[in-house]
Amino acid sequence: MNSSPQKFEDLSPTGNSGDGESLTVEQAIANLESADLGLRFYAAWWLGRFRICEAAAVTGLIKALEDEADRTPEGGYPLRRNAARALGKLGDRQAVSPLIGCLDCSDFYVREAAAQSLEMLGDPICIPALIELLQVGLQGEQLISQPDLSQPYEAILEALGALKATECIPLVKPFLEHPIELVQYAAARAMYQLTQEPIYGERLVKALAGEKLQLRRAVLADLGAIGYLPAADAIAETLAENSLKLISLKGLLEHQVKHTATSTLSDGAIKVINLMDSLL
Amino acid sequence: MNNSDLAQILIRAVQEADSSERLVDAVQELAAAGIEESVPTLIAALGYNNPGAAVAAVDGLIAIGEAAVSPLLELIDDYNYGARAWALRALAGIGDVRALDTLFEAAKTDFSLSVRRAAARGLGTLRWHQVPAEKLESIQTEVLEALLLISQDPEWVVRYAAVTSLETLAIAIAVTLPDQASRITNQLQQLLDTDADLGVRTRVKFAQQKIQQQQHQEVFAPKRKLQETEVEVPHRGGGRR
Repeated sequence: MNSSPQKFEDLSPTGNSGDGESLTVEQAIANLESADLGLRFYAAWWLGRFRICEAAAVTGLIKALEDEADRTPEGGYPLRRNAARALGKLGDRQAVSPLIGCLDCSDFYVREAAAQSLEMLGDPICIPALIELLQVGLQGEQLISQPDLSQPYEAILEALGALKATECIPLVKPFLEHPIELVQYAAARAMYQLTQEPIYGERLVKALAGEKLQLRRAVLADLGAIGYLPAADAIAETLAENSLKLISLKGLLEHQVKHTATSTLSDGAIKVINLMDSLL
Repeated sequence: MNNSDLAQILIRAVQEADSSERLVDAVQELAAAGIEESVPTLIAALGYNNPGAAVAAVDGLIAIGEAAVSPLLELIDDYNYGARAWALRALAGIGDVRALDTLFEAAKTDFSLSVRRAAARGLGTLRWHQVPAEKLESIQTEVLEALLLISQDPEWVVRYAAVTSLETLAIAIAVTLPDQASRITNQLQQLLDTDADLGVRTRVKFAQQKIQQQQHQEVFAPKRKLQETEVEVPHRGGGRR
């Protein structure tokens, strides 16, 4: 759950997507090992952005997950972060095991990127490693007493929900009470995916009425991801950019279509279409 | 207190709003008053990066209608794509054909997908009765050509908006340009068969249903249809919602 609107808005490949430098695929792959660390970093982003699924790109990015050259003053690994993000987009299962390895990285953002990419790759084999990381914040089946911010819980919870890891419901549930709202929402989203109980969808609907625009944006993304139909009107009415509401409603619409056996449009689908039309 | 005094008070409240919520409230009140003098202030509110205020301002501008069209066309913000998208939404809601060139240009060439989306929608909400009869066919053809092109935009939401407009245009030209109608149905079928996006394909299905329903009505109830049209015409020329 990335609450940045830029994730959704105006990143059209035909528009000003900010690719100041145009690369060829060969160049980008070669640049992963360039002496210029900036070029490496950019190449890793570029390969993911344009979804270059070639074997050499995947191999190069997996290798970049172990990079030691590019470090921030705080000890972070910028190239590893970008490589981990890119590998999620390329959809190659070879990356699963190296990304699981990244969940042990000392850099928070590498762990976060790895969890997000493991969610995208959709291989349940990563579930035990994600659970292990989740348990850092737990004592048994309760949150540890000091609010823990050391792990990328949002990404972990989202991944466990998307991967349908129903065995971890008791471990996800306590995070509904986490002091960080975004973590609570991620937990509600995962709980809905794991249980299909409306109470968790309603928790997100309630959050659409919250004070902070950033949080409302994040909740729009969550509701779209879980396709919670009863949220349709609240999505259309919340105070946020229409672009984000449209993406959220599209999630509801697609969920309806995928879960309806007949080829005719359901009443729910038509309702969502009418709301979307009104927001164009 | 006359309208002008009221407008000044409400405009000042917008200018002096010191929190996001107060701004939304102030813009809502100004919009609800529906006074022409407030148009420049409402247009300015499109650029405050406050979606609540922008929604209220768009509603207000649409309610004011034709009188807001020239200022919108003049004051459109070339440097703030958020404000530009809201302005095009207002123009689409008003449906005035004076906005046609602006809609064409925005839908085809703007770098912002939210601007292209709003403009594509606007091409489907034009009030055709404003167009002199002798120009109707050529303008509708021009809009058709533009929409066929826009329905191939790389962004799903722009294609989605183009589909809504192809739907309304198909219904509008069933009478005026029946020989062009197949170009729309062909394009919709092509999108249904090939579009990568499930949301767009679903919207195409819905458009096809709507167009078929319309054809069905024309075939089976021509008399009723005619009567409805006759009753409706003087209405449409009148006030805006």
